[in-house]
Amino acid sequence: MTLLIELAEALLATLVTTLTDVAPIAAILLGFQLGVLRQRIPNLRQVLIGSVYVVLGLGFFLFGLEHALFPVGKVMAAQLTDPAFVGGGKPAAELVWHDYYWTYLFAFAIGFATTIAEPALIAVALKAQEVSGGTIRARGLRIAVALGVAVSLVVGTFRIVTGTPLYLYMIAGYVIVVVQTLYAPRMIVPLAYDSGGVTTSTVTVPLVAALGLGLASTVPGRSPLLDGFGMIALAALFPIIAVMGYAQIGDWMAKRNLRTNARNGASEGGTST
Amino acid sequence: MGAIKGALSLFGGTLRDLAPIVLIVAFFQLIVLRQPVDNLAEIAIGFLFVLIGLAIFIRGLEMALFPLGEALADAFARKGSLIWLLLFAFALGFGTTVAEPALIAVSQEAAKVMAAAGAIDPGADSEAGYAKALRYTVAVSVGFALVIGVLRILEGWPLQWLIIGGYTIVVGLTTVAPAEIIGIAYDSGAVTTSTITVPLVTALGVGLASAIKGRNPMIEGFGLIAFASLMPIAFVLVLGIVAGAWA
Repeated sequence: MTLLIELAEALLATLVTTLTDVAPIAAILLGFQLGVLRQRIPNLRQVLIGSVYVVLGLGFFLFGLEHALFPVGKVMAAQLTDPAFVGGGKPAAELVWHDYYWTYLFAFAIGFATTIAEPALIAVALKAQEVSGGTIRARGLRIAVALGVAVSLVVGTFRIVTGTPLYLYMIAGYVIVVVQTLYAPRMIVPLAYDSGGVTTSTVTVPLVAALGLGLASTVPGRSPLLDGFGMIALAALFPIIAVMGYAQIGDWMAKRNLRTNARNGASEGGTST
Repeated sequence: MGAIKGALSLFGGTLRDLAPIVLIVAFFQLIVLRQPVDNLAEIAIGFLFVLIGLAIFIRGLEMALFPLGEALADAFARKGSLIWLLLFAFALGFGTTVAEPALIAVSQEAAKVMAAAGAIDPGADSEAGYAKALRYTVAVSVGFALVIGVLRILEGWPLQWLIIGGYTIVVGLTTVAPAEIIGIAYDSGAVTTSTITVPLVTALGVGLASAIKGRNPMIEGFGLIAFASLMPIAFVLVLGIVAGAWA
C-alpha cells in the first residue's frame, strides 16, 4: 500500500514537472496566436484534447522510465562495466579491448532498443512517411536510426576502453557524412541530418550517460569528466550515416530491380519495363 | 467496438516498440548477469506507465502537435510578415530551451567542471553566474538556429552546405577550445531538442515548405532540428574560449 501511495505522489510530481515544461511553449503559441496571427485554430476542440493527451502521455512515460527502465538500466550498465565481471577474475589493468564483449553487446542492444522507443523519433518518422507519400517507411527509418545509435555506442565503448581521442572518430564520421551527402538521394539528406538531433533525447541520453560514466570510472586511466562525455556526440553523428545509407541501399536495390526487369523483359522480347 | 479496436491498435504498436527493451533487459539479467531483479512490482508498474504514456502521447501528437504546427505555418505564410515569422521562430527556440530541465542540469555540471579546471573563479556565486550564462547562451543559440532554419526554408538554400560549413566551424573551434568544455558543448547540442519541441518544429518546417510555392516539403521541410542541434555546440565552444581567455 505504501508503495502505491509513494508511486502516486511521484506520478503527480512528474505530471507537474511536465506541465511546467510545456508552459513556456503554450505561452508562446498562445501569445502569437492571440497577439499576432489573430486567427482561430482549426479544430480547436481536438487540439485541446490532444494537448491534454500530450501532457498526460509524456508525464506517464517519464514517470514509468524513472521507475522501471532507468534504475534497471543504470544498475546493468554499472554491472556490465565492472572489471570484476568483465575480466572474470583478471585484474583490471590487464584487461584488453576484446575482454569487453558483453559490454559491446549491451551497448549495441540498449542503443537499438531505446532509440526504437524514442517519442521524438516516432514523431519525425511519422511526419516523414506522410510527407514522402509512403516512399519512406516510418518503421524502416526508425530501424535505420536505431542501428546507427547502436553502432555508435559500440564505437563509443571501444573508444573509452582503448582511450583513443574522440575527435578522430568525429572527424572520420563527418568525412563519411560529407561523402555520403554528395552521393545520397537528395530527398533524404535533410531528414538524415534531422535524425541526428532527434535520437539523443528522453530515453536514450540517461542510459547512454550511465554507460559512458560507468566505463570511464572503471577503466583504469580514464577520467569520467573528459571521457564520459562524447558517447552522446557519437550517438548524434552515426544515425546521419545510417539514414543516408538506408536510402542509398534502397535506391541501389530499386535500380538493380529495374535493370533485372529490363533484362528479363528484353530476353523475353516482352514489353515489361 | 471501434473504440476498442482503436485502443488495441494503439497499444499494439506501442507494445511492439517497447518489446526490444523488455527482451534485452530480461536477456542480460537472466542469462548474462544471472541476478534476480529487485523491486519487480515497481518495475512492472513503471513499465505499464511507459506503455500507456507512449501510446497516449502518440495519439496527442497527431491530434494536437502536428495540426498546431501546421496551422501556425499556414497562418504565418498567409500573413506574409517575415519579421513576425522570424520573431516567432526565435521565441519558440529560446522559450522551449531556456527552461529545459536537462539543459539546467548540464549547465550546472559545466560550471563545476570549469571552476575545477580554474577557468572561472570557484565559489557558488561565480558558478551560478556561469551556469546561467551558459543556459542563456544555449537558449539564444537555439533561437538563432530556428531563425536561420526558417530563412533557409523561405530562400531555399541547400541545407547540406550550411550544416557541413557549420560543422567545419565547430571542428575548428574544438581544436582551440579548452578540453573541459568540449564534452559539455557536444552534450548541449543534444539536450536542446526535447520531445515536445521536435514534433512542433518539424510540423512547422514541413508546413512552411508546403505553403510556399516552389519548395519541396521533403527537401526544405526538414532540417530545422539539425540547426537546433548544431548551433549550441558552436556557441558553447565560443563561450568556453572566451571564458578561458578571460581567466
